[in-house]
Amino acid sequence: MLLEHAKLLYALQSSGEIIGRKKFQKMIYIAKKLSFPYQEKFQFHFYGPYSEELTLQLEELVNMGFVEEVKEKKNGYYQYRYTLTESGHEFVQMFKQKVYKPHLDECLNSMNDQSARFLELVSTILYFEELTKEEVYEKIAQVKGSQNYSKDEIEEAFKYIAALKEFLD
Amino acid sequence: MTYGTEKLREEKVFKDPVHRYVHVRDRVIWDLIGTKEFQRLRRIKQLGTTYLTFHGAEHSRFNHSLGVYEIVRRIVDDVFKGRSDWNEEDRLLTLCAALLHDLGHGPFSHSFEKVFQLDHEQFTQKIILGNTEVNAILSKVHPSFPTSVAEVIAKTSEKKLVVSLISSQIDADRMDYLLRDAYFTGVSYGHFDMERILRVMRPHGDQAVIKKSGMHAVEDYIMSRYQMYWQVYFHPVSRSAEVILTKILHRAKELYEQFYQFKHEPRHFYSLFKNQVSLEDYLNLDEGIVSYYFQVWQDEDDTILSDLAKRFMNRHLFKYVEFDPAKEYKKYIELTQLFKKAGIDPDYYLVLDSSSDLPYDFYRPGEEGERLPIHLLMANGEIRELSRESEIVEAISGKRRTDHKLYFPADVLYDESSKKNIKRQIRQILELRK
Repeated sequence: MLLEHAKLLYALQSSGEIIGRKKFQKMIYIAKKLSFPYQEKFQFHFYGPYSEELTLQLEELVNMGFVEEVKEKKNGYYQYRYTLTESGHEFVQMFKQKVYKPHLDECLNSMNDQSARFLELVSTILYFEELTKEEVYEKIAQVKGSQNYSKDEIEEAFKYIAALKEFLD
Repeated sequence: MTYGTEKLREEKVFKDPVHRYVHVRDRVIWDLIGTKEFQRLRRIKQLGTTYLTFHGAEHSRFNHSLGVYEIVRRIVDDVFKGRSDWNEEDRLLTLCAALLHDLGHGPFSHSFEKVFQLDHEQFTQKIILGNTEVNAILSKVHPSFPTSVAEVIAKTSEKKLVVSLISSQIDADRMDYLLRDAYFTGVSYGHFDMERILRVMRPHGDQAVIKKSGMHAVEDYIMSRYQMYWQVYFHPVSRSAEVILTKILHRAKELYEQFYQFKHEPRHFYSLFKNQVSLEDYLNLDEGIVSYYFQVWQDEDDTILSDLAKRFMNRHLFKYVEFDPAKEYKKYIELTQLFKKAGIDPDYYLVLDSSSDLPYDFYRPGEEGERLPIHLLMANGEIRELSRESEIVEAISGKRRTDHKLYFPADVLYDESSKKNIKRQIRQILELRK
């Protein structure tokens, strides 16, 4: 029952607090691409890989009272902060054995330390991982033109992915 | 004249109950419709298990794909033609992407994808880019044309306006399926004035926007979407059928992994069980094949598989109670133990179904840019998000509503020929009254 929800709760428990829906989405997508067993389906949207299913699951978790969502205004737009409630901690505890994966905590914490903008870039690169590096550069210019990612940022994202994979190896 | 611009000598028309006629003049479109990959969509129902609730809902992905094509054809040939933000050179690309957007759907897609970890969108890409009749036709337009079409469908194309016509909050896909599903299910909600929406749709930079004067038609569309979501797509009886279907697939896979000797070898399922599905295997799978196996699995020796297959084929579905996981998850654990004691496998006979399991959504404006909202074009040229102008849309989209139901075989729980006391205890917890 609600195993996929429990995995999300675990991610939140492990991260302490996640600021921003976009960040939450990208963290789970990257973890999935790193072979952690998240089942949500992602599609490419205007802002990179996005899962409607994940959005709904998160809404359900807020409605169930397992996750606290705080809406705050920042630079003219709304941002959301997510933390686990006491009942959320209690619920995830029941599933701990099923949802715990070695090194998942470290990966999530590392991602949580990055900006949402950077994770958007990392997840976009992972989305196109079957392309060559040159083609990825081209693709980012095409689909992420408005974000204006610099060459340095893209290189940094490639290095970050390599470091995560090396850590898991 | 090139293949890409070739027109049929006479226009072909398909009679269609939703759009009256679907018009085809382009040779490429006509040839694509004739491919075996596109014809396969005739054998896949648009609404999966919904026909077990709304008996009219037998329409196929073929009907819907033609419908989406027709809506897009009207947009690009009648509404956008000649407008400054519309590039006429994108016409054929848009039509092909509209026609082929659901090409990778398999039988009962959602359940199959969940159980076998498939992704119909990836199969759409494989069909368009692989060694197929569809690919051969698209390649005749230009060697890079299949990739361009695949990118629009995958939403990774730089042509964002074209993408938005097929995939956005108010796109041809949603407009067709809402109208078509309402028509075939026979429900009275789900209808809206599509003609009006198309008339006030305008290309605007990277997206299609709606003139403010058409806001009320869009409100109607949003209401339709909301009502269809709760009344048709999330109908508890259809969900019950989907729960059973999913469990049949799980059981067959589990039996295969345990080297169970099937009386009727599930040859078409082997690649799914092994997680090695080739494009050819995938294309060979349709609802006729799945129905065949469900039919013969009724006679299997495994009691769970045969029982579930009988339930699905004969519409002997699970019953349900509303369930609040936050307050009742301890109850669920208790039920799991009691089901085991009663000799009823809870893995197959006690199932929680949540609204997040559904591949449909209702309108909510994008927050933090997670989705592109519907934009209205104001008289002064300004762009405003729909729910900021419409109180009706704000009322719907501002509310979060989620839903969970617990499914179980009530007939088994009422059968007191065995484990009478435990079953009574279960019924009490579920608050069942005959």
